[in-house]
Amino acid sequence: MERIIRNAKLRLLKMHFESGVGHLGGNLSSLDLLLTLYHRVLRSEDQFVLSKGHAAGALYVTLWSTGKLSDDRLREFHKDHTHLAGHPVPNGLPEISFATGSLGHGLGLAAGVALGKRLQGQPGRVFCLTSDGDWNEGSTWEALTFLSHHRLVNLTPIIDLNGLQGFGATADIANLYSLPQKLREFGLTVLEINGHDPGAILSALNHPPGERPSAIVATTVKGHGVSFMENKMEWHYLPMTAEQYRTAVGEVERS
Amino acid sequence: MRTILSKSLIPHCQDPDFVFLTGDLGFMALEGVRDAGQSRFINAGVAEQNMVSVAAGMARTGLKPWVYSIAPFLYARPFEQIRNDVCLHGLPVFLVGNGGGYGYGVMGSTHHALEDYGVLLALSGMRVYIPAFGEDVPVAIERIVKRAGPAYLRLGRDEKPKDFPLPSYAPWRRVLEGPGATLLLVGPLAGGICAAVMTLPESQRPRTWVLSELPFQPADIPKEFLEDVHASQHVIVVEEHVAQGSVGALLAHALLCMGVPPRRFHHRHALGYPSGYYGSQAFHREECSLHPASILALLREKP
Repeated sequence: MERIIRNAKLRLLKMHFESGVGHLGGNLSSLDLLLTLYHRVLRSEDQFVLSKGHAAGALYVTLWSTGKLSDDRLREFHKDHTHLAGHPVPNGLPEISFATGSLGHGLGLAAGVALGKRLQGQPGRVFCLTSDGDWNEGSTWEALTFLSHHRLVNLTPIIDLNGLQGFGATADIANLYSLPQKLREFGLTVLEINGHDPGAILSALNHPPGERPSAIVATTVKGHGVSFMENKMEWHYLPMTAEQYRTAVGEVERS
Repeated sequence: MRTILSKSLIPHCQDPDFVFLTGDLGFMALEGVRDAGQSRFINAGVAEQNMVSVAAGMARTGLKPWVYSIAPFLYARPFEQIRNDVCLHGLPVFLVGNGGGYGYGVMGSTHHALEDYGVLLALSGMRVYIPAFGEDVPVAIERIVKRAGPAYLRLGRDEKPKDFPLPSYAPWRRVLEGPGATLLLVGPLAGGICAAVMTLPESQRPRTWVLSELPFQPADIPKEFLEDVHASQHVIVVEEHVAQGSVGALLAHALLCMGVPPRRFHHRHALGYPSGYYGSQAFHREECSLHPASILALLREKP
């Protein structure tokens, strides 16, 4: 996985640099989770929902990394006449089921897919990646109540907990205190992992389903792998200069 | 109408793609669907945003979810979920709102739905069904299922006059003949107004139409309606909805675009709460000049 992650990270940096687009911080915090999920766990009957739509770049690069998107397609990112917009668009790529980008939608959508599968006896698991900001939204808590009440054990919420959101630190804006504790209070089994440890990610994703749904709380670093971006809120937005890009590439290549 | 909805949906409960969600409402109405639907009947709790997202997710797996609440709770709170999750993807999620307009009367303004279809018609692919009479409900259900796209069914109380000779369903229906103005009615208020119109001598009756599906394009307007507009040169639209996003606005736009505007155009629509007081549905209709006596007075006005 290390080589896969390094290559994908370099491609992500290149894609964002060439298109002059920000949102790198949250992409880098999610990338290891997405790559491990797509390379090691996700099967054709499974469904993934990206609730943190601003990590679209990481998802596109993950699809590229698994051979589902060509290098040429990635060059369409953020251009005119594209299906690779800054946030996933509806009916654009067959691998992406839902247009997301407004936070608080993904977990409910994923719960609907999970319950729809169960009602129809369809196989497959459902995974949903949420951000810190997603848990500011009331609708995410509605979805949590719903998936717990209906014991949707075929759904695994993954929380990319990087501690930073749109305009500051989560702890300073809408403190979640202990999200794992809250999830347990809702009746979920909670797996707490380092979201940049592929072995831990894989182990959590493969956790056998029990009677109650499991959630993975992944502690992550916004801007992970690029020192000047790590834990810096501004890298939610900023594009890289040429010099910053060279520095970032150098750091990732040496990692 | 919601009991008719319940009865009409029971045969669908066995459809492989049937599922019904309610936002914890439907007491004394939906028990039949609950019992017939079994695991396909889901009380999603008082959480309308999640209910709509869940329905969209289910639709992605091949189901065709019905989503029920009272009208005011169904289109406003989860508007973004309807827009993003349902309409952006063109998914077959069928919203059913009971109590359109002032339907919940003296329950108060939080329970009224005065801008529901205007708001929803702004969304891509959304089709709105507004039964005027109880008989229209099962037909609307079949049309919604067959279309299999985003839909909103606005229910109210059936006010059809006794022994009213109702023509078979069509989105545009001429329900009463006459030589007078072209009167276009939307929703259950049509019942009371039709009853009032029938008290007039046939020589004084308006050409009375009921419109039950939105939106419409100029090409959707029946030739007979346009002939009535041309002959009468007087259109009156009556609807329990604010002017913004209304049938009146749509029709005026269409007639202008077609180059056939009538000489006179009256639009009677919901005005909110003009006196600042609250009451029954009949009270609010009267305050907005939507009640039968007011429409009869308008018909008697000289140009």
